Amino acid sequence: MNNWDWSAVADFMPRFWDGLLLTLQVLVLGSLLSFTLGLVWAIGFRAPTRFVRWPVNVITEFIRNTPLLVQLFFFFFVLPEWGVQFSGLTTGTIAIGLHYSTYTAQVYRAGIDAVPPGQWEAATALSLPAGRTWMAVILPQAIRRIVPALGNYVISMLKDTPLLAGISVLEMLQQSRLESAATFQYTEPLTVVGIAFILIAYPASLLMRALERRLVR
Amino acid sequence: MTAGLWTHWVLPGIWITVQLTLYSAALATAVAFAVGTARTHSSRFVRFLAGLYTEIFRGTSALVLMFWLFFVMPSLFGWALVPMWAAVLALGLSYGAYGAEVVRGALNSVAPAQREAGIALNFSPWQRMRLILLPQAVPEMIPPFSNLLIELLKGTALVSLLGVADVSFAAYLVRLATQDSARIYSVTLVIYFVLAFVLARGMRALERRTKVGIGITATPGGAR
Repeated sequence: MNNWDWSAVADFMPRFWDGLLLTLQVLVLGSLLSFTLGLVWAIGFRAPTRFVRWPVNVITEFIRNTPLLVQLFFFFFVLPEWGVQFSGLTTGTIAIGLHYSTYTAQVYRAGIDAVPPGQWEAATALSLPAGRTWMAVILPQAIRRIVPALGNYVISMLKDTPLLAGISVLEMLQQSRLESAATFQYTEPLTVVGIAFILIAYPASLLMRALERRLVR
Repeated sequence: MTAGLWTHWVLPGIWITVQLTLYSAALATAVAFAVGTARTHSSRFVRFLAGLYTEIFRGTSALVLMFWLFFVMPSLFGWALVPMWAAVLALGLSYGAYGAEVVRGALNSVAPAQREAGIALNFSPWQRMRLILLPQAVPEMIPPFSNLLIELLKGTALVSLLGVADVSFAAYLVRLATQDSARIYSVTLVIYFVLAFVLARGMRALERRTKVGIGITATPGGAR
């Protein structure tokens, strides 16, 4: 540990906070997108016709089993060819949200399957319309127990945000690369970023474990 | 896309991706079993160290770890790694930490009476682990390991950012050469999907075999 330079850490800090802010921004928007889209997929899994179920299964399996990085490049390079111009940040947020929506869809599915069948039957017996059945009966019971699992995917998503550096989004990793390119100090910025991830992810995972104890019986 | 691009970049790229997956999976398995069994150790200190390892490597991002091993290790400790091995080390260490949780969970799910029976029969701790606990725990581990293996395969795409010529890197070069992103990136996604499918099938076969070893016939569709 002979080459550590604290002043380089101090120099990196302004960029670091910018990067952290952008990372959190991607995380929040990406999470919201993945929660919404995941619910759409999950309802698609239960659609009455297999002409909906089958494509939804194929699409989500495909997205889930291919790397996020390649999907990022796909959207970043291919969308402009089709005439859709997005910034790297927008592309990255959409790609990460879409990718994780296929995970949250599985979480929603498990949560919805865990609602006792009697609840569906009761809703039918009360002749509730489909919308009310979902909004007032099924989802409130399902979502409660899947909050910790969704939270764990938010943490995974946080750890995947550095991939956005690949499409030159100025999140934490890219900021550290820029700093290194400007000052030729590779050690400190990258180490700071690595430690920052642990400092955010560990308390967050403790929080999820506590939530799991409280919400999942 | 011309044949030259295929034979010079994409096919060797697929081979590099497969190699990366196998090497990192081997390292991750070794780490997972070592750390996972250490987390069930009787000494508190060993449990703490193993827990610290899992929290650190699960807490950080695999890509940041990869960059750190490649760019920071040389200046901080004087060891330089080839990009390929920096990648294998980063993937193996971080997915090993995820695997360790799987190993710990599976070991804890073996009925306590099994362990007690081992003690009653005067088995040494090592014999208990090898002959009683692991044969029953391993089939339980395979479905989550299968998911982790797919995650690992997807993780190998990160190495292209270090300049390792895997299939994602090949896609990037082909894009530059042909100026046609849609085709090559669609092909690349399909390649990864096929690899993931093959791995998932292989793990399912492995699960059946390990279950037969302890006298359970696998339920169809049990592995997910």
